[in-house]
Amino acid sequence: MNDTYDIRGSELHIEVHKFRAGAIILATAFALVLQAFLPIYFPKASILDLPLLIVIYFGLSRRNPSTGLLLGMVIGILQDSLSGPTVPLGLYGIAKTLIGYLASSIGARLDTEHPAARFALTIAFFAVHQGIIALTRRLLLSQPEPWFTMHLGVAALVNAVVAVFLFLLLDRLRKPS
Amino acid sequence: MVGIPSRHRSIFLLGGVVLLQVLLLAVQIKRDSQGRLIRVWTVGAVSPFERAGAHGVSHIRDTWNHYFALQNTSRENEELKRENGALKLEITQLQSKAGEADRLAALLKFRQTNVDVPMISARVIGGSADSASQTIYLDRGERDGIRRNMGVITPDGVVGKVIESYKDTAQVLLLTDKDSGVGAMLVESRLQGPVGGTGEPLLIMKYIPNDDNVNSGERVVTSGMDRIFPRDLPVGTIAEIKPGIPFKQLRVKPAASLERLEEVFVLLTMKPLELKQEPPAPGSAAPSAAAPSAAATNPSQPEKP
Repeated sequence: MNDTYDIRGSELHIEVHKFRAGAIILATAFALVLQAFLPIYFPKASILDLPLLIVIYFGLSRRNPSTGLLLGMVIGILQDSLSGPTVPLGLYGIAKTLIGYLASSIGARLDTEHPAARFALTIAFFAVHQGIIALTRRLLLSQPEPWFTMHLGVAALVNAVVAVFLFLLLDRLRKPS
Repeated sequence: MVGIPSRHRSIFLLGGVVLLQVLLLAVQIKRDSQGRLIRVWTVGAVSPFERAGAHGVSHIRDTWNHYFALQNTSRENEELKRENGALKLEITQLQSKAGEADRLAALLKFRQTNVDVPMISARVIGGSADSASQTIYLDRGERDGIRRNMGVITPDGVVGKVIESYKDTAQVLLLTDKDSGVGAMLVESRLQGPVGGTGEPLLIMKYIPNDDNVNSGERVVTSGMDRIFPRDLPVGTIAEIKPGIPFKQLRVKPAASLERLEEVFVLLTMKPLELKQEPPAPGSAAPSAAAPSAAATNPSQPEKP
């Protein structure tokens, strides 16, 4: 069985990667647990958005917009659930749904295997993610939320750096082509 | 029914999913309790992992702290012990300074109460070289006007008298010395008799007839008859009463703490003096340190020998 296939006909040869059984579920659960657990012991770890990185990675790898957005929705709503009553269900859900869709769509058009591409894309997706959250808060929740702060800039860079290494680890969960 | 083109299917799905979540948000804004079930499920699913993780982290941290991070513990322990010793020393010094401040405050108060009485404060700088004699050395001497036979007191009472005066030092014979003596009287009965030392902490009062009534705890004050101390300075209190032949044997506990003297006053005159009574401290049943004198006198300049 061939685990990669061409999704845009003969002119583009972008692989769609498949993963070992349960890899996506395990990686998602692990990211959510770590996201809720790490800041207790390492407060600075709250700057990381591991669920977002998971959504980006699987979106870029699976390259299927429907799968990407559904995965983003599930991860986002789970993150909402774990974030406490100050974060209503759907806030991260909407943002990650859109990021999942965008990542899958972009992944289907670009080669996203290079670390530099992953770094740049993660920064971009992080910025879009924060933009969607700010927009949702402002429009739907009437909560003042800054569009950009220095903290968010640093967080984008840190998440991008972590993403480069995390994606290399997650690559090992792929089925060999 | 019109079919949705496959390339647009994901966009429709996206729109639907986002719309659903927007509705979910709207419902939550309207009713706070909505969505609780999802949270309960999620937290219930994740919390076992978090608990396991917390346990693991705690285990790792304990292992690290109790085994690997002990490299510097010995050094830290030594540093802490050193620091503890230094702090103890500092506390002792501060307590000593606080005690000194209290004593000086009492002296100052006494001095201010008797501002007309010529007296000079002096610090005890030494004691007797032998245990047989009860003497102390002061840091003031002839240069400060101190002469032989001048009285030495504290706000608590009589200390003794100057037996030798040097240029900058004076030697004081304490009341407890065997050769010491002061003219005294009992406050209640006004019976007079000399009080002297025995070389022990308690003094002895002589020549009180057996027929006279003396109570234990009765105060003994100076009579002024020795022309060294003004009248009514506290000498001590009756501690023991025994019948004797022909006089009672009365043991007197000194009013001044003669074993712990640090600052004293030297009366710079041997003329009769009047010491004013200090107002008693609130709740204090003890009599004042310097009782009033019955004889009105005029304080004068230090006597020249």
